[in-house]
Amino acid sequence: MTTFLSGLLRLRRGPWEMLATILIALGVVMLMQPFFLWAYTWSFLVTLTGTVMFIIVSHFPE
Amino acid sequence: MANPIDLAAQATPPTLARKVRGLSDRAIAWIFVAPTIFLLLAINIFPLIWTIRLSFTNYAANKPNAEVKWVGLRNYERILTDEDIWSNMTTTAHFLIWTLFFQVVIGFTLAWLINRKFKGNDLLTTLIVVPMMLSPAVVGNFWTFLYQPQIGMVNYIVEFFTGIPAASFSMLGPGGLAPWSIIIVDTWMWTPFVMLICLAGLRSIPDYIYEAAEVDRASKWRQFWTITVPMVLPFLMLAVLFRGIENFKMFDMVNLLTGGGPGDETLLTSIDLKREAFEKWRTGYSSAYAIILFVTVFGLASIYVKALNKVKER
Repeated sequence: MTTFLSGLLRLRRGPWEMLATILIALGVVMLMQPFFLWAYTWSFLVTLTGTVMFIIVSHFPE
Repeated sequence: MANPIDLAAQATPPTLARKVRGLSDRAIAWIFVAPTIFLLLAINIFPLIWTIRLSFTNYAANKPNAEVKWVGLRNYERILTDEDIWSNMTTTAHFLIWTLFFQVVIGFTLAWLINRKFKGNDLLTTLIVVPMMLSPAVVGNFWTFLYQPQIGMVNYIVEFFTGIPAASFSMLGPGGLAPWSIIIVDTWMWTPFVMLICLAGLRSIPDYIYEAAEVDRASKWRQFWTITVPMVLPFLMLAVLFRGIENFKMFDMVNLLTGGGPGDETLLTSIDLKREAFEKWRTGYSSAYAIILFVTVFGLASIYVKALNKVKER
């Protein structure tokens, strides 16, 4: 956990990609779940944030 | 005998040769790559940018002379608060989750069985992979016949095993069977793909790991859970992501089988998108719909590429 947080603070690719991946996965789950309409409504924003973040952080150093 | 490079140099027209000689390697590389980049821009990037632009308007493609109004984020707002589209998303999720579940379970089991050495192994592998080589249009058409209540083979097989009269139910009609019918067809068609990827994973495990486990007196069950499953998992993840992306976009086969019906029971998002764009002609609205699906697929594809790189590093 400490390594993950220090990686985030030092702008390292691994942890940031992990964070972006979690956001994308969360967005997809929110988009397709049948329980909460509010989650469906906000899903696109979460997926878009994750995807844009993934494109940016994939240029960070290892 | 003359050197082929000299022959090629002699065959090159002198004027062209003179021009090319003056160019740097980088410039020559750009000349070769330029047509591809141009096509990519013209076929992929430009339509994407145009679709993003249209998604903020009320444009209708069947009314080219009508005034196009800028509506801002209203199309996105309407789609993301529409309960019918939400219902289509859950229908797609049902299709996605069950096809992935069956394909992974059956695909992995088949790969595990095929990985053993026995007579006719190669022939059996070839026969198993035949369905995925067929066109989805062909598969959609012949499964429509197989599911036909009067003449279809599926109903008679069900009658043979359960005693339920063949003509009393329809696999693609009302009654709640249609979503499962499309899952069966997709599983039949794409399980071999998952099997092939799992087989590649199983064959990449070196024998000495199992030999070491045998020396340590690990049981077959323990070997399976501590060696086979962890070593095949990255390959399996790859198969799940690939099939997940493909099934999220699924259109052709389901459109031929059910056309989204009966009612909205099998109305996947891609079929609904086609209706909005080319039956209701709400181009601006359907562009926003397409962008939402595109961002989802693009996000999943990014994870897929990352997973692929991890498998390559192994």
